[in-house]
Amino acid sequence: MSAERASLASAAGLLMARDLRLAVRRAGDSLLPLGFFLVITTLFPLALDPALSQLRDIAPAALWVGALLSSLLALDLLFRDDGQDGALEQLALCGQPFAGLLLAKTAVHWLLTGLPLVLIAPLAAIALGAPYRAMPGILAAVLLGTICLSLIGAVGAGLTLSLRRNGSLLAILVLPLAVPVLIFGARATALAIAGESLAAPLYLLAAIAVLAATLAPWALAAAVRIGLE
Amino acid sequence: MNLAHFLAMGGYAVYVWPCYALAALVIGLNIAAARRSLRSAQRAARRRLEIPREAGTP
Amino acid sequence: MAWVWFHKFGSPPHFYRLATRLTPWVAWPALLLGLAGLVGGLGLAPADYQQGDGFRIIYVHAPAAWLSLMVYVVMAVSAAVGLIWRMTVAHAVAASCAPIGASFTALALVTGMLWGRPMWGTYWEWDPRLTSELLLLFLYLGYMGLRNAIDDVPRADRASAVLAIVGVVNVPIIHYSVIWWNSLHQAPSVMKFGQPTMPASMLIPLLLMLAAFTLLFAALLLTRARGEVLRRERQARWMLEALGGGAARGGPSAKGALVGPSP
Repeated sequence: MSAERASLASAAGLLMARDLRLAVRRAGDSLLPLGFFLVITTLFPLALDPALSQLRDIAPAALWVGALLSSLLALDLLFRDDGQDGALEQLALCGQPFAGLLLAKTAVHWLLTGLPLVLIAPLAAIALGAPYRAMPGILAAVLLGTICLSLIGAVGAGLTLSLRRNGSLLAILVLPLAVPVLIFGARATALAIAGESLAAPLYLLAAIAVLAATLAPWALAAAVRIGLE
Repeated sequence: MNLAHFLAMGGYAVYVWPCYALAALVIGLNIAAARRSLRSAQRAARRRLEIPREAGTP
Repeated sequence: MAWVWFHKFGSPPHFYRLATRLTPWVAWPALLLGLAGLVGGLGLAPADYQQGDGFRIIYVHAPAAWLSLMVYVVMAVSAAVGLIWRMTVAHAVAASCAPIGASFTALALVTGMLWGRPMWGTYWEWDPRLTSELLLLFLYLGYMGLRNAIDDVPRADRASAVLAIVGVVNVPIIHYSVIWWNSLHQAPSVMKFGQPTMPASMLIPLLLMLAAFTLLFAALLLTRARGEVLRRERQARWMLEALGGGAARGGPSAKGALVGPSP
């Protein structure tokens, strides 16, 4: 064993590169939540009158409910493989700050499942009748929102690690905690569509993202450690 | 203030009295459930420790 | 000195004995204060200028809502204590809180809906208070669901402790976001009254009921926590004393029976 401990940054970097490599090999897994998001946002207009003006009113709701549900689905990918084959335990024991490593894993997870959502959401919004000028606002809101959802959802995934496959439990744990993200994100989207300033909800979303980034690593490390027992 | 007037609650009786009845129900169920929970834990603990029971104890 | 007291309280046999002795001291006052509050609230307080006698629902709705939030905080704090100091008594207290808190949250919701019906015209108006209560109920259900899903009790204790701490941090955020969301269309709240301030004849029964419900919670908590402590102790000598051959002392009275067989 080397006398010099590797820094957290390099360990995290290695971990992220490895996760990305593994995910690329099974690209279908990561794209599934995206497909799910598109299906959900398609369901809303099908359930309503396809008149574009009415669609525009429900666009924020459809986008954000879709984002919440698809990020829930994507959580399955976060710890499943590594939890099963023991890689998580190795991370916990390797001497690096566990919270930092888990944060790195969550970041990769967001890159694979959250970022595609951020890129697709404006297009979905247009399909739901949003004007082009709303795109930057929607992009910003979904960017912040998916970051928050990844962090909050990761804590839920850590708590339910190695439990019987039960998606409803994870949903009940995560969705109430995600309500503020839903409220501010949908409001920001609605304001963007209406052409008004969405500074207020956007700042609030950013505040939640900062809070989540600060607190989630601790909760994640505690939850996963308990889940690995 | 007579009884009929009291029970009528100014016309809101159909909302007020169910609330109080529900509150009584929730409180009663909580008390019963707490006692039941304690007693079953005591029974299980006695079984674990193999304490012989005397007549009259749950 | 405080640490000695702290660790003494955290020791299961001391807690068990203390809880057993303490229960009647909170249970009976709860009953008396509750009766006094009922007399004041239903009989002595005058009808509201705007809401008539319908406002009297507040005397069960407000205490239930108060309990729903306070119990969650107690749950989260004791869970944190259990997690940090590895204290089984604290975990036992946290586990006891959940069913009590959840049931009173449900009561707050239903009484809120019954209050809203005559005042707003509908049973549900998505006002910030009731919507927050609903989300709080979901938080309780999630907590109980997680506990239920983990078979190993110490692990369930620790996992649900993390959840409770995460939840309690979120409760103000969720509440604020719901208020913010609701302020966009100014839905009326049931808690507003005709007069600008509440006269003493209305306020005092409310305070009595709040105190009564709080003491009731203490009694329920102590009773449940005793059982939870027993469940978490394997083979301890103190339990032999506490449970062995102890016939119930005194006759069963309504509140005394909460205590169960005395040690």
